[in-house]
Amino acid sequence: MMLELENLTVAYGALTIVDGISFTLPDGEWLMIAGPNGAGKSTIIGAISQNVKYTGSVRLDGEDAARMKPAKLARKLGVLTQNHWVSYSFSVEEVVRLGRYSHSRGLFGGAGNGDNDAVERALELTGMTALRSQSVLTLSGGELQRAFLAQLIAQDPELMLLDEPTNHLDLVYQKQTFSLVRDWIAQTGRSVVSVVHDLSLARAFGTRTLLLEHGHAVEYGETKKVLSRENLRRVYSLDVVEYMRGMFEQWNDSTLDV
Amino acid sequence: MKMAAVRQREGFGAGWYAIFAAVTLSAALICVCLGSVRVPIGDTVQIVWRAICGEEQSNTYSAIILRVRIPRVICTALIGAMLSVSGAAMQGLLKNPLADGSTLGVSSGASLGAVAALAFGIVVPGVSFAGVTALSMISAFLSLIVILALAYKLDYSLATNTIILIGVIFSMFVSSIISLVVTFAGDRVRQIMFWTMGSLSGKGYTEVLVLAGAFVALGAVILLHARELNAFAVGEENARGVGVNVRRVKLIIMVSVSAMIGICVSVSGTIGFVGLVTPHMTRMFTGPNHRKLLPASMFAGAVFLLLADLVSRTVLSPLELPAGVVTSFIGSIVFVLIFWRTRRGG
Repeated sequence: MMLELENLTVAYGALTIVDGISFTLPDGEWLMIAGPNGAGKSTIIGAISQNVKYTGSVRLDGEDAARMKPAKLARKLGVLTQNHWVSYSFSVEEVVRLGRYSHSRGLFGGAGNGDNDAVERALELTGMTALRSQSVLTLSGGELQRAFLAQLIAQDPELMLLDEPTNHLDLVYQKQTFSLVRDWIAQTGRSVVSVVHDLSLARAFGTRTLLLEHGHAVEYGETKKVLSRENLRRVYSLDVVEYMRGMFEQWNDSTLDV
Repeated sequence: MKMAAVRQREGFGAGWYAIFAAVTLSAALICVCLGSVRVPIGDTVQIVWRAICGEEQSNTYSAIILRVRIPRVICTALIGAMLSVSGAAMQGLLKNPLADGSTLGVSSGASLGAVAALAFGIVVPGVSFAGVTALSMISAFLSLIVILALAYKLDYSLATNTIILIGVIFSMFVSSIISLVVTFAGDRVRQIMFWTMGSLSGKGYTEVLVLAGAFVALGAVILLHARELNAFAVGEENARGVGVNVRRVKLIIMVSVSAMIGICVSVSGTIGFVGLVTPHMTRMFTGPNHRKLLPASMFAGAVFLLLADLVSRTVLSPLELPAGVVTSFIGSIVFVLIFWRTRRGG
């Protein structure tokens, strides 16, 4: 599915958060939206998912997303946010099964074979099968994030939107989540848009990158080209490459090889 | 421990509903038998059976059972079921275990209409309670419109916290207007005060028909939205993400709940804690899945209010306490226990 943004602008009163962003994202790509705090990264995700008011247009396969019914929009795109606050003790499976809402038919929305298969596959892919009957209130932060990722996989959208999906997660979950999303892209041929703070992850996994500064696009294109030394120095007011290499040096310690 | 609890409630099925139905019917039967005059259970069953078969009966017991107790018991059960399912729906919709019609401000709005009708003697000829019902429902709907309009102005997405905050402010505002109305009520003050405490006495078959019609129509609307309520109970953002038409479902549930509460308040006055406490108790058996929780809450609410009404008319017999006093007394204690247990992670 082709995602097209044209002159996307988000403003709260006189304050412009995102200013005239335009790009086209074809299938099979992983777009990283990078930039410093307040650059408008999550706001773009909010606008694409129709949760934030905007001007300009968001088109999915040429169709205006703003005019789509909620269920159709959910079949086109799914969102994974960084924080999940749950109040009731739904089981993991019940939460994952909600992902099938937009695919259900009829007044009572009974589960078909397709729904059951999608739920099983999502639980398996995310390694949540063993926890399927467990209350979501008892899960760790990483497990909860995986449960909602399983819901998103069960939803089977044509485009995944991930808003800092591994924020607050430890390294193991971070690696697992990113590898899982990369596998999903490889298996389905679909695309992902994610907001990331970690530029190393953006370089490692992103095929395309949109670099933002104060709501403006600095550059959009192939990740390695966009995350150039010059662009990063301009946006972060810091020699990011030098800084990253310095951090890496901390691990070049011979005592660690014992 | 919690995993075991989840597995246990996964087995909540037809057998449990049969038990709930049996308990509700038993409670109803006990309530029909007991009161200031005790009618033996055998005689009660015989009187009801003869009435069903269309036989004429003219003894005292049959008059008490058929003209006083049965309509009262049916009304009580229906009001309990509607208040309870309304509470369960609001708690799911707003993802807030403390939400119900009173938190939304609809109960207060309904009360204002009913109090105005009582204070100024507004009646519809032929149907004794129609004036109170009509004003109560109109007032509940108007309250809802005011609350939603304010919430919409402040927050386009109709976020739950905004609605609850406005509901609380609105309730406080309405209670001051009710006090003002009562000041001008003259000799009707006593009747209004008794009504505001919640009374289930003196109900007839007209009230039964009105309540049953509302229960079937509005209850069906709420039950058909069980899946959407599950999505809301996980989170409004999540509900929108999986494809729920958030604004439409919110409006449907809120209008259904306010209509149910408006009708209940007009018939029985304000009966607190049923919508808040019974869904909590029911959730312990069914879990939070609204497909099970909503129908089970109906049974639980009916039983809770039937027993509360039984206590209200027998504990100081022949004097009768307002049912709202009993539900608030029992409900507040149960609520504190539930809250304490939850905080301890039980």
